[in-house]
Amino acid sequence: MEKRVLSGNAAIARGAYESGIGLVSSYPGTPSSEITDNIKMYDEIYSEWATNEKVALEVAIGSSIAGTRSMTCMKHVGLNVASDPLMTLSYTGVNAGIVVVVADDPNMFSSQNEQDSRHYARFAKIPMLEPSDSNEAKHFVKLAVEISEKYSTPVLLRSVTRLSHSMSVVDIGSRENVSRKNLDVNIPKWVMVPANARKRHFFVEDRLKNIQTDYDNDILNLASEELNSKKIGIVTSGIAYQYVKEALPDASLLKLNMVYPLPLGKIKEFSKKVEKLFVVEELDPFIENEVIAYGLNLQRLDRSLMGELSVERVSKLFKNIDFGVLRFPSEYDDIDKDLPQRPPNMCAGCSHRGIFYAINRLKLFASGDIGCYTLGLLPPLSAIHSTVCMGASISMAHGIDKGSNGEYARKSVAVIGDSTFLHTGINGLINSFYNSGTSTVIILDNRITGMTGHQPNPATGLSINGTPAPQINIETLCKGMGIKNVKVVDPFNVEECLDTLKAETAKEELSVVITNRPCIFADRSVISSPYFVIRENCTGCKACVKVGCPAILWDSEKRLAFIDETMCTGCGLCPEVCKFDAINKLGE
Amino acid sequence: MKTDILMVGVGGQGTVLASDILCDVILSAGYDVKKSEIHGMAQRGGSVISHVRIAETVFSPVIPAGSADVIVSFEKMEFLRYLEYINDETILLLNEGKIYPPGAAGGEEEYPDKLIEEKIAIFKKAYILNAFGIADNVFNRKVTSTVMLGKLASVMDIDVNIWKNVIAEKVPSKTVEKNLKAFDAGYNV
Repeated sequence: MEKRVLSGNAAIARGAYESGIGLVSSYPGTPSSEITDNIKMYDEIYSEWATNEKVALEVAIGSSIAGTRSMTCMKHVGLNVASDPLMTLSYTGVNAGIVVVVADDPNMFSSQNEQDSRHYARFAKIPMLEPSDSNEAKHFVKLAVEISEKYSTPVLLRSVTRLSHSMSVVDIGSRENVSRKNLDVNIPKWVMVPANARKRHFFVEDRLKNIQTDYDNDILNLASEELNSKKIGIVTSGIAYQYVKEALPDASLLKLNMVYPLPLGKIKEFSKKVEKLFVVEELDPFIENEVIAYGLNLQRLDRSLMGELSVERVSKLFKNIDFGVLRFPSEYDDIDKDLPQRPPNMCAGCSHRGIFYAINRLKLFASGDIGCYTLGLLPPLSAIHSTVCMGASISMAHGIDKGSNGEYARKSVAVIGDSTFLHTGINGLINSFYNSGTSTVIILDNRITGMTGHQPNPATGLSINGTPAPQINIETLCKGMGIKNVKVVDPFNVEECLDTLKAETAKEELSVVITNRPCIFADRSVISSPYFVIRENCTGCKACVKVGCPAILWDSEKRLAFIDETMCTGCGLCPEVCKFDAINKLGE
Repeated sequence: MKTDILMVGVGGQGTVLASDILCDVILSAGYDVKKSEIHGMAQRGGSVISHVRIAETVFSPVIPAGSADVIVSFEKMEFLRYLEYINDETILLLNEGKIYPPGAAGGEEEYPDKLIEEKIAIFKKAYILNAFGIADNVFNRKVTSTVMLGKLASVMDIDVNIWKNVIAEKVPSKTVEKNLKAFDAGYNV
C-alpha cells in the first residue's frame, strides 16, 4: 500500500476524496483552511470558498438533498456562525452524507477564544468523531460519511491545531465510486415548521439513543481497549491519546474514536477491570463530566482547563499517583522571555500599514475585526482597540455611535477587511445605514483572505482554483445600498488618508472609506524596486521607524535608519513620512 | 533509531519545507515519522519551530522537554528559545548567519551574541557553519535551508541518495540543481 506523510488537514481532504464526497464548501479559518486548500486539487470534488460558514453548511445541506455527499470545514468559532443551520439539520437529518469538520485551537495559536467544540455535538445531539493522527483523520471522514447515511445525521469531525498542523504517515487508498442519490422530496422531513419539527424531535432523541446503543454494543467499532497494568485505567481520545501512550506506556486505555455520544456501558465495563479510572482530555472536562454524571467512580484530575496537553503535562498529572511515568528535566534554561522577540507583524509592503499610520496619527478609536489587520494593534501603530469576532467592527462602531449620542462616532472608525466584510460585516453595514448611523467604516480591500493563506474571495475576481470568477465591487455595493459617502483612498498616500479620515469622521452621516491596494502576497506584480536611506540626509528622527515596517531597521550606533533591500517591496510609504528627503528609490 | 530533531528558524527561511523533506526521507528509509509545527498568525519574520520525531512507532508529534537529539538552528540566536528540549547528548547544527529581530533592529534591544557563545558550549557537540555564505556561493539565500539539510544528513545514518531523491521531488523543478548543489555543500562542510 502506498504511504505518504500528510498533515492532518491534507489527510482529511484525502479522506473526503476516498469516501466519495462530491462537494465541499468552506470558509477559511486557522487551523482548518488547508483542508479545503487541499480539496481543490481533486477534480472529482466540486469545491468553493463560501462567504461564511453558515452559507457553507447550507450549501452542503443542499448538496445532500440533491443526493451528493458533502463536507464543510471550519475553525471552532466558524461553527458558531454555522450553528444556526446545524441545530436544525440535526432535526431534518440528511439524504446523502454530510460531514462537518471543526478544528479547535487549544492554546489559541491564532484565535480569539479557546472554546471546546465538543459541546456542539451534545447541543445539536449529533455524533462527533475525533481522530488522533493523520491516518485516522483520513479514515474517520469515511466513518463519518457511513454514520451520517446510516443514521440520517450530520456528523461532526473534530480536529485540533496539533492534529491539523502535524504530519504523520497515511495509507493511501482509492476513491469510492458512489452514484448520486435522487433529489429528496419529503416535506415532513425537510420543512421544519413546528408541526413537522415536533415529530422530528422524537427522531433526534431516538437516533441519539440508537447510536449510543450501537456504540456500546460494538456495532459501531469505535472504541478500542488496550489492557496493561490494572492499577490505572484511562479513558482518552484524539491527540490526548498520543500523549497518554508516551507518558504512561503501562496504563490500561480505553480509546474513544467517537466522543459524543459516549459508550457509557463500555466505559463501565472498562472501569471494572482497573483499580482507578481517569479521563485524560484537553480543554473542558467534557468526557469526565458525562462519566461522573453517569455515576461511575472516576478520579477527577486536577488539571488546568487552559491550553494544550503534552507528554510532560500528562506525566505531571499522574506524578502524585504512584505510577511509572517518564521523568523530565525539572529545571532548564528558560531564557526565551529575556531574548529579543519576533512578534508577528504586518509584512513589508503591507497595504494596511498606511491607513493604520493615519488612524494612529489622528488618535482615532479603531473598532477592529478578524484578519491580518488585527496586527495593527501592535506598537508602534497601536491602532486597533477592539476585536471580538468576524464582522463585529461595523456593528460595534454603530453601537459606539448610538451609545454616545454620536460623540464618539466623531473620534472612531470601524476597520474591516474585504473578506470579513463579505463574511458578516455587510449585515452590520446595512444595519448602520438603516438605523441612520453616523460612524465611519474603513474597508481594507486587499482583494484576498490574507491571514489564513491567501484564499480568494468574492472581491478577488478568482475562483478557488484560480480561474476567473465574477468580482464584487465593494464601492458599487456600498453605493448601491444607498450610502452617500463612499470614498476610495490609496492607503500609501498618507496625506489623502489623513484628510479623508478627518473629513469623514467629522460628518454626522454614515461614511465608508475603501482602501484600494492589493495584498503584497496576492499580487506580486505590485512589487517594485526597493528604497534606500540617503545617510547624509537622515537626521535620525525615527519618523520612518514609526510606520512599523519590518524592512526599516535602526542602526543604534550611528543613530540612522536603514532599509533592508531584500525585504523592501518599494511600496513608497516611508518616503511619504520622511520630512528630510532621506529615502529614495534605488535606480532613481 | 529513536531520533528527535528540532528545526528552528525565522519565518520565510524555509524551515517548513526542510522539515517536510526530512519527513519524506525518513519514510523512504522505512521508519515511522511525525512532525509538528504551528503556523497561523502572519509568521513572516516570526520564530518558527518544527518538531520531527523518528522511531519504530511515534506517539506524540511534539518532542517532550529534554528529549531532542539534534537541534538544527537556521539562524544564529533561534536555538536559544528552545533550551528546555536539550539534554547532555544533544547536538547543535548552527547557521552563524543572523536575522535581526525587530527590537534589535530598531535599536531598543541587543542581539544576544554573548549568550549565544555561552550556550553553544553546553551542547555535547556543535557544528557551526556560515550557511548564508555557502548558500550565496551556490545560488542565493533561498537555498540556506538545503545547506542546513546537507549538514543534518552528514550526522544522520541515512543513505545520501534518499535525501537527494526527495529533494529533487520536493523543491520547485527549476531549482533542483541548485538545491542539490547546496545540499552537497552543506554535507561536505
